[in-house]
Amino acid sequence: MSNNFKGIAASNGIAIAKAYLLVDPDLSFTKTTITDVTAEQARVDDALKVASADVEIIKSRAEKNLGADEAQVFEAHLMVLSDPEMSGAFKQKIADDKVNAEQAVKEVTDMYIGMFEAMTDNAYMQERAADIRDVTKRILSHLLNVALPNPALIDEEVVLVSKDLTPSDTSQLDRQFVKGILTDFGGRTAHASIMARTLEIPAVVGSEVATQKITAGVTVIVDGLTGDVIVDPDSETLATYQQKAANYLAQRAEWALLKDQQSVSADGKNFVLGANIGSPKDMDAVLENGSEGVGLYRTEFLYMESDHLPTEDEQFVAYKAVVEKMAGKPVTVRTMDIGGDKNLSYWKLPKEENPFLGYRAIRISLDQTEIFRTQLRALLRASAYGNLWIMFPMIATLGEFRAAKKVYLEERAKLEEAGVSMGEIKLGIMIEIPAAAVLADKFAKEVDFFSIGTNDLIGYTMAADRGNDKVAYLYQPYNPSILRLISNVITAAHNEGKFVAMCGEMAGDPIAVPVLMGMGLDEFSMSAPSVLQTRSLMKKLNTADMKLLAEKALDAETNDEVIALVEAATK
Amino acid sequence: MTQSKDFHIVAETGIHARPATLLVQAASKFTSDVTLSYQGKDVNLKSIMGVMSLGVGQGADVTIKTDGDDEESAMAAIVEAMETEGLAE
Repeated sequence: MSNNFKGIAASNGIAIAKAYLLVDPDLSFTKTTITDVTAEQARVDDALKVASADVEIIKSRAEKNLGADEAQVFEAHLMVLSDPEMSGAFKQKIADDKVNAEQAVKEVTDMYIGMFEAMTDNAYMQERAADIRDVTKRILSHLLNVALPNPALIDEEVVLVSKDLTPSDTSQLDRQFVKGILTDFGGRTAHASIMARTLEIPAVVGSEVATQKITAGVTVIVDGLTGDVIVDPDSETLATYQQKAANYLAQRAEWALLKDQQSVSADGKNFVLGANIGSPKDMDAVLENGSEGVGLYRTEFLYMESDHLPTEDEQFVAYKAVVEKMAGKPVTVRTMDIGGDKNLSYWKLPKEENPFLGYRAIRISLDQTEIFRTQLRALLRASAYGNLWIMFPMIATLGEFRAAKKVYLEERAKLEEAGVSMGEIKLGIMIEIPAAAVLADKFAKEVDFFSIGTNDLIGYTMAADRGNDKVAYLYQPYNPSILRLISNVITAAHNEGKFVAMCGEMAGDPIAVPVLMGMGLDEFSMSAPSVLQTRSLMKKLNTADMKLLAEKALDAETNDEVIALVEAATK
Repeated sequence: MTQSKDFHIVAETGIHARPATLLVQAASKFTSDVTLSYQGKDVNLKSIMGVMSLGVGQGADVTIKTDGDDEESAMAAIVEAMETEGLAE
């Protein structure tokens, strides 16, 4: 039986080392009734004082190892320890309930932890609950006179395995020895994950079972790229992962050099490599990977992650954050694409026989114009803070684009009248419905840009749902029928001097990229971790050769034939 | 006379760990009672747990009141902390 399991990939890289279990000491205690309230309250004061002294030491170590910014969290811990309301609550509990200090501390901190964890709409606050747990453990350990284990004692190469990693744990990690991190709890934005990325230690978090399945000293492989965890690997698996780890390091070194470079082919033609995002939270990855723009901002997540239709201000805050972070580089925002498989809990759309062919995206926006106008106003206001482009999804006819543009111009005029400052905005459409791809020459006269959404374009062209295993073979991105549609769109745009982007999965696909370069696609937008890899690929390719490849691909007969052509041309 | 002032939080992170820490530090230097109000809830601005429990995000409108012997200098220190950190406008 396999002991392997999977968690959330939180920090890139592959670690292979012996497991070091960072397990909490027993901090259990019995609730007792006390008589001397003052003495018990004094125990609390003492524990808080010693705990503060501990944190001071950890903080200075963190400042030294990680820098002042990273040590800030301990400043917050110190403030928790000196919080007048909290220590007041401990003492009140002791006086009111006549319970021992341990019980009072537990009840009060549990109350705070519960309160922060209940903020389910705020991942940041939920994760701060971990900070309070950390502080509580320290107070309890002093009340109970037991030592907390200390990661600073590690003196050989290990994969650190724990339920959760607290800031005081991570601040004491020595990169020389801690090769990987594996936890039961936490998400990509948990403190442990952020620290692991800062320290460039491969990490898998939220595995749920790591501390149960792993015993101290056993060899563990942590694949921070996929989230895979392999326990006690056989020699073959070990060799495979050693190779993977070496490849990753070599590639990362090569890609890192490209972070601040332009995306340029071997013969010096420039392209734009953008990243796709779903929320301002994704911006760190966008910047870390040297993206030259945001080619697709999927705004529907604002609607899906809320319990109400997001207000103009809520949307404005999100859009502004993204354009500001890009500092003048273009951010293409797609207006709400709800419907199809994307539903809202608070606004039920009528059940449909064929939701993908039904009431979705721009079709809803043009019908429920108040929702659309709210979004456009938020976008117009945010445009003052950077370089913002707007595109409408699921456009099938020119009439739809004209109607959407009309609403946009009306809202723009209203804001202008109110003296609101706005930037210049390019208006474009997603090309994902074959009808628009075929009529691209007419659209090109009216829009500022196209962005080709390949996932839907392929689905609609092949009339096949890729999620259905029985017809999944029809998802053929390189089929010449698809390539001809794409080529038609690019040519039509360039004939009118317009810009063409692609924001579907094809844009970062190493088979498709050479062909698309040959067709002259202007912008490739993909998931942020693919950007540097694609930049590296482009550098090796010559556009004149790729133009010939594209011509052959357009004249090919099948998907497989195109793959063979690309492989031959890029060898 | 109690001092009272409204703030519109512009910091992307809202009043979370670091900004919260700075505000609590500023408030704790004074003997006056310092209260932070948000969405009808009041907390002691000298209490980090209280401040964080409000979950004040970007775009929130909050009110801060100071009441006591040094209420004016307390308010001035808080306004300064808000401004230097670009927390609010």
